[in-house]
Amino acid sequence: MQSDKQSSSPVMRILQSISDASLIPVLAILTAVILGGIIIKMVGGDPFLAYKGLIEGSLGSKKALSETAVWATPYIFAGLAVALAFKGGLFNIGAEGQLAVGAVFSALIGYALPEWLGFSLPIYIHLPLAIIIGMLMGGIWAGIVGALKAYTGGHEVINTIMMNYIALNTTSFLLNGVMKDKSPTNVIARTPLIAESARMPAIFDGLRVHWGFVLALLVAFFIWWLLNKTTLGFEIRTVGANPDAAQYAGINVKRTIILTMMLSGMLAGLAGSIEVTGLNYRHELGFSIGYGYDAIAIALLGRSHPLGVVLAALLFAAMRNGSSRMQFLTQMPVDLISVIQALILLFVAADAIIRYIYRIKSKGERVVLTRGWGG
Amino acid sequence: MTKKTSNTRKTGDTRKANENIVLEARGITKQFPGVLANDSVNFDLRKGEIHALLGENGAGKSTLMNLIYGLHHPDKGEVIVNGKTAVIQSPNDSIALGIGMVHQHFMLIPVFTVAENVMLGDETVKRGSLDRAAVSAKITEISKQYGLDVDPNAMVGSLPVGIQQRVEIVKTLYRNAEIVILDEPTAVLTPQEAEDLFRIMRDLTARGVSIIFITHKLKEVLAVADRITVMRAGRVINTVKPAETDSAQLANMMVGRQVILTVDKKDHKAEGEVLKVEGLSVRDQRNLETVHNVSFSVFGGEVLGIAGVQGNGQTELSEALTGLRSPAGGKVTIDGQDLTGKPPRTITEAGLAHIPEDRQRHGLVLSYSVADNMALCDYYHSPFSRRAVLQPKVFDENARKLIKSFDVRTPSPFVNAGKLSGGNQQKVIVARELSRSVKLVIANQPTRGLDVGSIEYIHSEIIKMRDRGVAVLLISAELDEIMALSDRIAVMYRGQIVAIVQSKKATREQLGLWMAGAHVETA
Repeated sequence: MQSDKQSSSPVMRILQSISDASLIPVLAILTAVILGGIIIKMVGGDPFLAYKGLIEGSLGSKKALSETAVWATPYIFAGLAVALAFKGGLFNIGAEGQLAVGAVFSALIGYALPEWLGFSLPIYIHLPLAIIIGMLMGGIWAGIVGALKAYTGGHEVINTIMMNYIALNTTSFLLNGVMKDKSPTNVIARTPLIAESARMPAIFDGLRVHWGFVLALLVAFFIWWLLNKTTLGFEIRTVGANPDAAQYAGINVKRTIILTMMLSGMLAGLAGSIEVTGLNYRHELGFSIGYGYDAIAIALLGRSHPLGVVLAALLFAAMRNGSSRMQFLTQMPVDLISVIQALILLFVAADAIIRYIYRIKSKGERVVLTRGWGG
Repeated sequence: MTKKTSNTRKTGDTRKANENIVLEARGITKQFPGVLANDSVNFDLRKGEIHALLGENGAGKSTLMNLIYGLHHPDKGEVIVNGKTAVIQSPNDSIALGIGMVHQHFMLIPVFTVAENVMLGDETVKRGSLDRAAVSAKITEISKQYGLDVDPNAMVGSLPVGIQQRVEIVKTLYRNAEIVILDEPTAVLTPQEAEDLFRIMRDLTARGVSIIFITHKLKEVLAVADRITVMRAGRVINTVKPAETDSAQLANMMVGRQVILTVDKKDHKAEGEVLKVEGLSVRDQRNLETVHNVSFSVFGGEVLGIAGVQGNGQTELSEALTGLRSPAGGKVTIDGQDLTGKPPRTITEAGLAHIPEDRQRHGLVLSYSVADNMALCDYYHSPFSRRAVLQPKVFDENARKLIKSFDVRTPSPFVNAGKLSGGNQQKVIVARELSRSVKLVIANQPTRGLDVGSIEYIHSEIIKMRDRGVAVLLISAELDEIMALSDRIAVMYRGQIVAIVQSKKATREQLGLWMAGAHVETA
């Protein structure tokens, strides 16, 4: 029925949609924090001290803030990758693999290009080149899955998982073989350090936070603009919401699916590239501690909205970063953070629980994150 | 006519024939947010009768039936089944009371067989596995007894809509239903299929089953019902017998004003071949050729109606003409431009407006606002976007203009299309398609499932396009609609055009025969 009061003032509409969209995630976080507190109490800890440690460890000092931003950077990129795919009706589980592909190529360009050329490059050429190549390779890697979906109907969930195995094992092969750091003391599967000219400068002296964090925020804004303000974004969203209507409206559905996957893979590739050029200065096996999988949780918590993704990424980063301080103060294991994050995700995904606890009426519209098998 | 007389008549009748009443709803009131869906509704059903419940969309018919079936719970009032007050908490309770319901949208699983669908929720098990043989035998028996002609081993997804509906009826009978509720059963049927359904309904009532027949089609209730109850805006207006009324009076009760049942149109001047189809063949998704070697033309300023029983290739024909499906052979031109197998956008840009058969699947993105839906086919070019950047102001102005000129009932242009009623959803599509400057309109089932007011409006818009010199191809399973709007009528049977006649010379009977596959004498 048409009884819903809907203000036509744009400001009110935006405020309304923000409060509608953030209600469940905020309550989910609140509930998970309370439950986490109960768990801490049950195992004999002090929940208030634990959370105090978590906040101090993540926000309590310049260094804590810097480290939170460092954690948040790959989370934002990878979260945006998954969120963008969601908007296009695709479930990209392959951010982890795309991220590894991006990291490998950025590292390769970073350490090997000057050797190949025989001369060193200025930073304003070498650094962007390393980032862009990594990003593009992540995009191509995901684009393969998009093409398989568009032309054969192969489901992207299966294919991204398979491509993860290929990417991660190939990376392992390369890092133990041709790309291995040949310095005599090294026993670890890692590349040599990248050239100075491929390293992103730090923002402040003595802190690890680098310009990649600022880039992540800019990219988040760009993705929001792309999705909501451009014809390409309209096409991606239409294919995601109703592919039959998209075809009717003259949108090239196959092309849009491939493009969405490529864009998603480019964002995931960026996560890897920025870690290499901004933080580690090399690619090392197992440097990504499941960023690509946490990204799914971040995209869900952020309701696939770029601003939501940034906030969710900051929250996850703060929790990861603050957990060691929490452990120091209360001897609670850092794994507790994983429990709380899992609870948040559970409540966001199964929002009926939250709606039941807080007696929130459903608006009757479900957010369709991805279509079913063969859908 | 007034409520008072209906009540007096009712109390008198009820007392006399009390033992015959199998189901009664007393003083049912149901409030939904913002809508009083049922307001002190009284309704009764006698044994072995077909009681039609007539009303426009949103009159409260389906709400009343959902309350009786246990899908909703009334705020006030009670339901009495076989003389006892019934507590109906869920469909399980109503099934146990012998009430069965066939919903407008079938509740069938397409990849299951008829037998599997019928037993679903009430599975017969033998030694731990499904006893398909016993179920099939019982279905065959029911099917014979009521002349339903359903194959228990057929895959439901492969059956035509009319047969799927019979499966739903078998499902209720299998659960020993004595009261069957049919919610808009003819909305998806062709005249022939509807005739079959009416025969089945009469067979059922002859064997003691009582039927509540929900519809908004006047002809049908006059043809088949024993009694007719008319609802409007949540209230019962009156209960009458078909012999004591006529369609004009019923229509008046339904909408509360006079309605024009025929379309007012001037003589047409057809000139200039706009759409030319030569030897077109199309295959469906099972790769079967469902359109064979079809040729016809549509001229500017005329409506060519394609009549035919649903599932005779009309869907594939319109998909091939609009670019949603590539043809297997033949040629399609619009104004001389070859558009065979071209993508939808090329055909749209050549001057096509397409009102699709399935408005929620193809025509709209339900999670998008009315404004976005109204720009669905135009978002990519100026003034809707400039250098690939959308212009929200233009979307907004366009929507406000169309909402006003096409009388779309929506609180604002920002409301999601999914929140509008079916009639208004269709108006959003009609507004978007007919507001463009086009040469050809292809309208497939443009008024299916809509209320009288919306049908009238959409018919008049189609005629307006024709009078402006646009060529219109109308595909409809409603023979009345075809006859009212068309200048020429083509009949489609098993993927072929079997006849094309001037609509002035066409009779219902002759068209019906062609639609049923009778041979065409040299025309």
